[in-house]
Formats: sequence, C-alpha cells, structure tokens
Amino acid sequence: MKDYPKELFVPLVEKATQVEIVRPSITYGQDAWRRLKKNPVAMVSLVFIIILILFALFGPYFSNYSYSDQDFDRRNQGPSQEHPLGTDSLGRDQLVRVMHGARISLSVGFVAALTTFFFGVVYGGISGFAGGKVDNIMMRIVDILYSIPFLLWVIMLMVLFREIFPASGGGAGLYSIFLALGLVFWLPMARIVRGQILSLKEQEFALAARTIGAPGWKILFRHLIPNAMGQIIVTATLSIPEAIFTEAFLSFIGLGVSAPRASWGMLSSDALTSLRSYPHLLLYPALAICLTLLAFNFLGDGLRDALDPRMRK
Amino acid sequence: MLSYLIRRLLSALFAIWVVITVTFFFMHAIPGGPFETEKAIPPAIKANIEARYKLDQPLHIQYIDYLGNVVRGDLGPSFKYRGQTVNGIISERFPISMQLGLTAFAIAIILGVGAGIVAALYQGRIPDYITMFFSTIGISVPSFILGTLLMYYLAFKWGLLPAAMWGTPKHVLMPAIALAGLPTAFIARLMRSSMLDVLNQDYMKTAVSKGLARWRIIWLHAVKNAIIPVVTYSGPLLATILTGSFIVENIFAIPGLGKHFVTSIYNRDYTVILGLTIFYSIILIALNMLVDLAYTLIDPRIKLMGSKE
Repeated sequence: MKDYPKELFVPLVEKATQVEIVRPSITYGQDAWRRLKKNPVAMVSLVFIIILILFALFGPYFSNYSYSDQDFDRRNQGPSQEHPLGTDSLGRDQLVRVMHGARISLSVGFVAALTTFFFGVVYGGISGFAGGKVDNIMMRIVDILYSIPFLLWVIMLMVLFREIFPASGGGAGLYSIFLALGLVFWLPMARIVRGQILSLKEQEFALAARTIGAPGWKILFRHLIPNAMGQIIVTATLSIPEAIFTEAFLSFIGLGVSAPRASWGMLSSDALTSLRSYPHLLLYPALAICLTLLAFNFLGDGLRDALDPRMRK
Repeated sequence: MLSYLIRRLLSALFAIWVVITVTFFFMHAIPGGPFETEKAIPPAIKANIEARYKLDQPLHIQYIDYLGNVVRGDLGPSFKYRGQTVNGIISERFPISMQLGLTAFAIAIILGVGAGIVAALYQGRIPDYITMFFSTIGISVPSFILGTLLMYYLAFKWGLLPAAMWGTPKHVLMPAIALAGLPTAFIARLMRSSMLDVLNQDYMKTAVSKGLARWRIIWLHAVKNAIIPVVTYSGPLLATILTGSFIVENIFAIPGLGKHFVTSIYNRDYTVILGLTIFYSIILIALNMLVDLAYTLIDPRIKLMGSKE
C-alpha cells in the first residue's frame, strides 16, 4: 500500500457550520404561558383572582374588626368611614365578613380542585390504562354515581356529616364541605382522564416506553398523564367556580359553615331576610360571587385555548 | 334496539337501587335517631314509637322492608309531621314544583335557542355581542342572586310582580325566570357554537345554491341539525332546574317540593329526606334515559352505544 501523507486527507467541508438556532427552545409550559398572555380577558381574570387571594389572605389583618365582632348600636348601617361596606343585622362589619367569605369560598374552591386533581387523575388514569374488565367496573361505578345530580349527593353527605361530626357546631363545618365536595367532584375528571389515557396509550411513545421495559405505573404517570396535563389543568380550574357555587348553594339552604363564620352564600342568604329595607347587604357578597365565578370561568376558557390550541374554535 | 333498551333499563334500575341503598345506610349511620333530639321521652313510649316505625328491628330487616316498600311505591311516613306520608307530601307539592320547573324549562329552551340562533346568524356583529355579553354574565350569576335581585327590583322597587307565594300565573313568572337564567345562558352559548358549525357545512352551501328560501334554510337545514347538543343538554338541564328549585322555592316562599326538601333538612326529618332523594333520583335517571333515546331518534347518525362505548 502506498504511503500517502496525512496532509492529503482533508475533509471536504472545512468546518461544519453550526446551524444557527433562531429562537431558544421553549417548554410546553412557557409556550402555553405565552399564548395565555395574549388573551386579555384571561389575563384580567388572572390578575383579579390574584388580587382576590391577597385580599382574602391579608385583608382581615388590616381591619379593626373581626368577622364575629358585634356592635348592637350600629346595626344595618350603610357604608361609612368606619365600615366601608356597612354593617349587618348584628352590627358586624360587612367588609371584614366579605373578606372572610372570600377565604372560605376560595379555600373550598382550591380544595375541591386539588382532590379533583389527585383522586380523579389517579382513578381515571388507572381505569383507562388497565382497560378491559377493570376499566369496565371502575367506569360503571362512575356512571352510577354520575346518574344522580351531584348536588343531591352533596346534600346527602352534608346531612350525614352534620350529624356525625357534631363538634363543628350546629351547622356543618368547613371540613365537612371539603369532604363532601372532594367525594363528589372527582367524577368528571376521572371520565376525562380515562378518555385521554385510552387514546394516548395506543400511541407510539407509549409503545416505545413499553419496549424498553418501563414498568406500568411509570408509563402511566411519567408518559401518559403528563401528556394529558392540558385537559387536566383546564378541568381542575373549571371545577373551582363549580365548588364555590356549590358552597354558596349549601350555605344558602343552611348546610354550609356554622354561624359566626361567614361565607358568601351565607351572607347573601342573611341579606335576603332584610332585603326590602337593607338591600346594600346583598350587593357586595353577590357581586363577589358573580365576579369570582366569572373570573374563574374566563381563566378556564383562556387556559383551554392556551394549553391545547387544537381545542380552540 | 330492544337489547339496548333492556340494557339501559337494567342499568337505570341498578343505579336506583344503589341510590336507595346508599341513602338508607347514610340515614342510619346518623347517630341519635330521629326521636332523640326531643325532650326526654319515657322509655315505654320510646319503645312504642320505635316499634311503630319498626326501628327496633335489626338494620338489615329494616332495609329489606324499606326496599320492599319502595318497590311497591311507598316511601314511608314522615317522622316530624304526624300522619303525613312522603307519598302524600309528594302528591301535594310536586305538581307545584313541576309547573314551576316546566315553565323555567320552556323559558330556557325558547330564549336560549332563539338567542343562540340570532347570535350565530349575526356572528361578529352587534346582536352577537349583546347575546354573548348577557350569556357570559348569565353563567356566572347563581340562581339565588338572580332571584333576590329580581325580587328586589320587580317586586319591591317597581311593584310589577308579587314578591312571593303561589297561586296565579303572575306568581310563576319571577321564580321561573330566576330558575331559567343560568340554563338559558348556557343553551345560548351551546346553540350558537353548534349553529356556527352547521352553517359552515357543505350542505348549507348546497341549500343556498339551490335557491331555497332563507327561512327554510335556517329552520329546516340549520336549526334542525344544530339543536342536537341542546337536546343532549336537556338531561343535565332538568337536574339543574330541579335542584335549583330548592333555592328558588325558598326565596319566593313557594309551597313546592323543593322548599319542603330544604325544610326537612332543617327539621332533620330523615324519612322525608331519604324518600325525596330517592324520588328525585328516579325522576332524573328516567328523564336522562328518555333524553338519550330522544336524540338517537332525532339524529340517526348517533348509534345506540349502550355500555360498549
């Protein structure tokens, strides 16, 4: 073999020109956030919700009154310097009671969303992933629970809890509401997640995970559920206004939080008795409920558009 | 078709059985029992009362008894109002609730579908914005707030309608509007998007190019196809109206079944709570089944799937 000098061997292309990356790659979350930011209605709602959370968390500390302070000399007053939103029939400061109601309503909403998130996702995920008989049985259970309007379930559960947890006073306590809503609210989520998992598990990436020998739970929780996250977040967000509405409903019919505490539903229900003479008592809790429901519904719609552009109409 | 019907019926019966069982054991899990909140009763009288309502029997016997009674259509006596039975309460009060509910149902369907059609036909123009503005607000206003607002303005401020009670057609109007508010808004949105879908279909272009009259295209081609999601929604709609009436009947002091349901929650009248829950569940499960059957009839493209989804 002839001896060629090394110098003769020159690569055809001198330097592999680096392909210029035009934009830094962005994650799914950043992408969704970018789309959400372009939606003014959703952003206004988000800002409103953040302000509301701050208002609920810190507002009561800036008030001179507590939600249970009574002042019989100043009953049913209109808005004034001392009481910006007036006082109720027991002379309690309406502003601090609305703020306290925000605490209760928001915590009910978030707790319901969390239980929906965890229990519904796990249940629906397992059902869809297992398939076959397990899926059939698990979904029949959901179907049966679903065939009764959830408010009836919640009412039954609240009636039950009111009696077995008498420690929470005459009315059912906040924890009973958490529990009752948690027991019922995961149903739609379970259905949605199950549907998603059923279609996702047939896709190539799931097959790829299986061929490299990933255990079942890992495929489900690391590969399938993250891919269904868009739908899951939207469903969880939209369950918040639903829970707030349900709590208001329960308080209104007397199954909500117990007496000195205040929730928006209870404040509205209290205002009803003196509606003719003191309509201002209804105004603020009603406004708070409506605006909050509106904001969460708008945010949920915005998130749907942002997280899954395919669903956009 | 027949096998689907039978399967559907069996699963509905099973669901009703589950409701009866769950509510029965819920009610019996409550400590104390219905007579212990009263003043101290001599033991002999208490034993007599318990024997009268068969509370001295073991739980499973009571359960089988109760199940047998429900199958025969007897929902038992009220614990709080002597001499009243749950059946009596239902037959006395349900017609009132039904009148209110049906009025609300009609308002929701007519207004909602109408608004949805208008919004879709004028998409992106002023009528569309107006309808969508109101329907967005509508889905965020709970019935009890709408009800109290209506009462304040229509009855107290302007004196147009009576504030409460029941009897004349005038009494039905305000509670029915309060009850119909949220479903109307929801249906309007549903109808609008479904109508827009249909308007973009090829067969609409065909109909237009054939030179058919505009009203004919809208009513016979578009609306007929676009209304299917509304029919599907009417199952949940009935549930919303039914549970909504618990609140609306209380606000307007209407002597219907919903008001009694809430009263029995306050009174801890367990047999009535139990009986009414079962009654409501049976109605809703049956109506849902009818709705499912109805839309398979309206749209032949929808297959009878039953449990094989």
